[in-house]
Amino acid sequence: MALLLAILIAFILYPVLRVLWISLSDDQSNLTLLHFANFFRRPLFREALWNTLSSGLLVVAFSALLALPLAYVLARYEFRGKILLQTAATLPLVIPPFVGAVALQLILGRSGMVNLLLLDWFGISIPFMEGLTGVVLVQTLHFFPFILLNTVVSLANIDSSLEEAAQNLGCHGLRLFRRVTLPLMLPGFIAGSLLTFIRAIDDLGTPLMLNYKNLLAPQAYLRITTIGMDDVDGYVVCVALVVLSLAALLAARKYLSLAEYATLQRAAPVIRKLQGKTMVIVWLVIGLVLGTSLLPHIGIVVLSFAKVWSFSLLPSTYTLGNYHEILFRVPHFVINTLIYTLLAAALDIVLGASIAFLLLRTRVPGRNFLDAIATTPLAIPGVVLAVGYLRVFHGWDFPGLGAPLTSSWLILVIAYTMRRLPYTVRACYAALQQVHVSLEESAQNLGANRLRTFIKITLPMIGGGLIAGGLIAFITSCVELASTIMLVPRIELGPISYGIYLYMQSPLGRGAGAALGVVAIIIVSAGTYLTHRIFGGRAGSAFRI
Amino acid sequence: MQAAEVRLEKVGKRYGDQWVVRNVDLHIRRGEFFTLLGPSGCGKTTLLRMIAGFAQPDEGVVYFDGQAVNHVPPWRRDVGLVFQSYALWPHLSVFDNVAFGLRERKVPRDEIGRRVHAALDQVELKGTEARRPSQLSGGQQQRVALARTLVIQPRVLLLDEPLSNLDAKLRVEMRLELQKLQRDLGLTTIYVTHDQEEALALSTRIAVINHGEVVQQGEPRAIYEQPSNDFVAGFIGQANLLPATIDQVSNHSLWVTVENGVTIEIPMPSSFTPLRAGDAVRLSVRPEAIEIREPSDHASGGNWVSGKIAASAYQGAFVEYEITVAGKSFKARVANPKGKTLYQRGDEVRLSFAAEDLVVVPKALE
Repeated sequence: MALLLAILIAFILYPVLRVLWISLSDDQSNLTLLHFANFFRRPLFREALWNTLSSGLLVVAFSALLALPLAYVLARYEFRGKILLQTAATLPLVIPPFVGAVALQLILGRSGMVNLLLLDWFGISIPFMEGLTGVVLVQTLHFFPFILLNTVVSLANIDSSLEEAAQNLGCHGLRLFRRVTLPLMLPGFIAGSLLTFIRAIDDLGTPLMLNYKNLLAPQAYLRITTIGMDDVDGYVVCVALVVLSLAALLAARKYLSLAEYATLQRAAPVIRKLQGKTMVIVWLVIGLVLGTSLLPHIGIVVLSFAKVWSFSLLPSTYTLGNYHEILFRVPHFVINTLIYTLLAAALDIVLGASIAFLLLRTRVPGRNFLDAIATTPLAIPGVVLAVGYLRVFHGWDFPGLGAPLTSSWLILVIAYTMRRLPYTVRACYAALQQVHVSLEESAQNLGANRLRTFIKITLPMIGGGLIAGGLIAFITSCVELASTIMLVPRIELGPISYGIYLYMQSPLGRGAGAALGVVAIIIVSAGTYLTHRIFGGRAGSAFRI
Repeated sequence: MQAAEVRLEKVGKRYGDQWVVRNVDLHIRRGEFFTLLGPSGCGKTTLLRMIAGFAQPDEGVVYFDGQAVNHVPPWRRDVGLVFQSYALWPHLSVFDNVAFGLRERKVPRDEIGRRVHAALDQVELKGTEARRPSQLSGGQQQRVALARTLVIQPRVLLLDEPLSNLDAKLRVEMRLELQKLQRDLGLTTIYVTHDQEEALALSTRIAVINHGEVVQQGEPRAIYEQPSNDFVAGFIGQANLLPATIDQVSNHSLWVTVENGVTIEIPMPSSFTPLRAGDAVRLSVRPEAIEIREPSDHASGGNWVSGKIAASAYQGAFVEYEITVAGKSFKARVANPKGKTLYQRGDEVRLSFAAEDLVVVPKALE
């Protein structure tokens, strides 16, 4: 318990508080709001704040527009090929958004496929990918599955008698949806929206790739990396990011608490069959949405085989050289990724299971505090955590390491572990919660001691949940960019996301970057597939808040 | 709204090849408290859902006041259904839950307020208007569900095992209140339950259902005292069922031979199934109709057998005995045991019963 608390305080609470403190204190360590006043005096920062808030909300709005009809159809109708659509709906999550950004630029950018065609046929071009529009587009296509999956779970959990009772009292059709179904599915929808909003404002890679810098995350990154660790403005920007996340979390909390008792789980809702004309229409609409969201995947695969691809519809020559480059010439990106993320996942399982155990099976004082700290990374953008780490662990030798923590690759493992801890804690908590205490007590009653009870009863029952929790940590860490690019000590210690970022800086390296992107997609897909195998029908819950 | 009468004509429902309701004819009169009673999975809830419009009969017709309603959607039927799970909407307050149906009916605002308060008053829940359903106890939730249904003044009130989620004591209280409410309002009520005690206590008439078919319908007393077959005899209350054969039939009496060869003369029942000599039947004796005496007590005439106590359970108001007679187990119940002998396991006793308390029941068709 003390050890856990020490770890969480050292690697979550303290770095974040340090960032907060620097932004709130002057040279003489006196409390001051001066830095914030300065922040609001600079038009650049005001604009960045406004852009971040509005683009985050726009991403949520557009994602909802895509996700809600899909969610309703997927949850309430049975039709041929539904499984296919369900799978396609989770695919956007396997591609890192900044990789998708590059691919979309090739297809929808100023000199991309679509605009070249438009120019050719009609003499016009549409600036899909310019500035904030591009950021919102990329993020919407990437994040809408969060809302979709959460809403589907919510809809599928509504006790059918709640809707039947309304029909019995004279309510049907759209009114029924508005008065009963919609409010009941709100918790899932809000959870998905919250996740989308937080991830969108946290996303550093997409704006960097699209070269749009006037958002909070890139501003914090640029301040710290170009001006230096001592620039107070960088910290103030970080705090602004945290405040936005926390505000979103608080605004959503009221609705999230409803989720618990809206789901009586007595009778599943009625599933209607779709046939004939309606089915064709549904297929067309869904196909269009999902087809668009799969554009980045197609683009990145094509690019990974391209030798040169610019100002043309498709690459002029194809090659396997890109794969040769990343798999044989500089294989360390892939290898590093596997080492870091698997380690982080293992650590997450151990920490998550311990915390879940303390919460559910003991009455140790302070366990709720522990839970609170373990949950905070949900609202802490990667940039902010990275800045905190740099500030706290730079410049002094970490005990037992002989060097500062920031010059070791371990810092990446720690960052990944802490960033994903909330998800594993939740997965472990849910798994352990399903093991009723009486199952363990009956084992002890029959002569098994605590350890043997744990090994023979508890572990086999929660094993699946633990592994699933680890897998979530694994697949999301694989494509983590925000904290990575700030914390990588040396190029040869960088993981895949860092490699992609580096390669994508130059037009010549884009092919190799895309090849790395494809490898990342394959790793994440494999992880997602395994998660689905373990979670089964409840796979959506892996991405819940 | 005027209470309706409900008629079901040859109603059937199947899922796949499986008939869950088959050939059901029922006539529920205006203002009646009618109970569908049967074990779980017998099709009684499906029947109720067909009356509410949530399930479509695959054959037969449902009539309200002589009008076929098969194709009327649930929201136009004006029947009030109280769900087993209560189905209170968690996102709405108690007031909004109860007002829901009135708002659907475009009732003016001030009238809604008045009627909701009256309905909550009726179920003794004044003052809970602003609360959420999750803040109420199970019994209170049950009352809100009832108020929500009563407030629209339905033509028919449907209750799906409404008391099954309450604890034993509350169940008995709610039973009485429900009965008073129903009789006061004169509502046509159809009640689904698997609890035979509830059914006997509440109903004006009962339909016993098994395997999707109506096995017997009638007033509670008739069903208990003259069960139409051994399923009904065993399901409603307890019964000792003895395999027997009809020996001889006269105008006023039946002679029945029990397995062990004893022949008993029984007054002719006001029977539904004609019985003939040679028919295999069951003899049913209710545990409370059996008298237990000392083995030496020859005072009583009538029918008797001797047996041995296998188990006894003292329950205050009565004692329940299990007695082995010629290798067979009998249940007997002695009321008001104060001052009487308490027999123990192993005691030899003599069971006697009056011929009028024996009921001949045909075997249920499998």
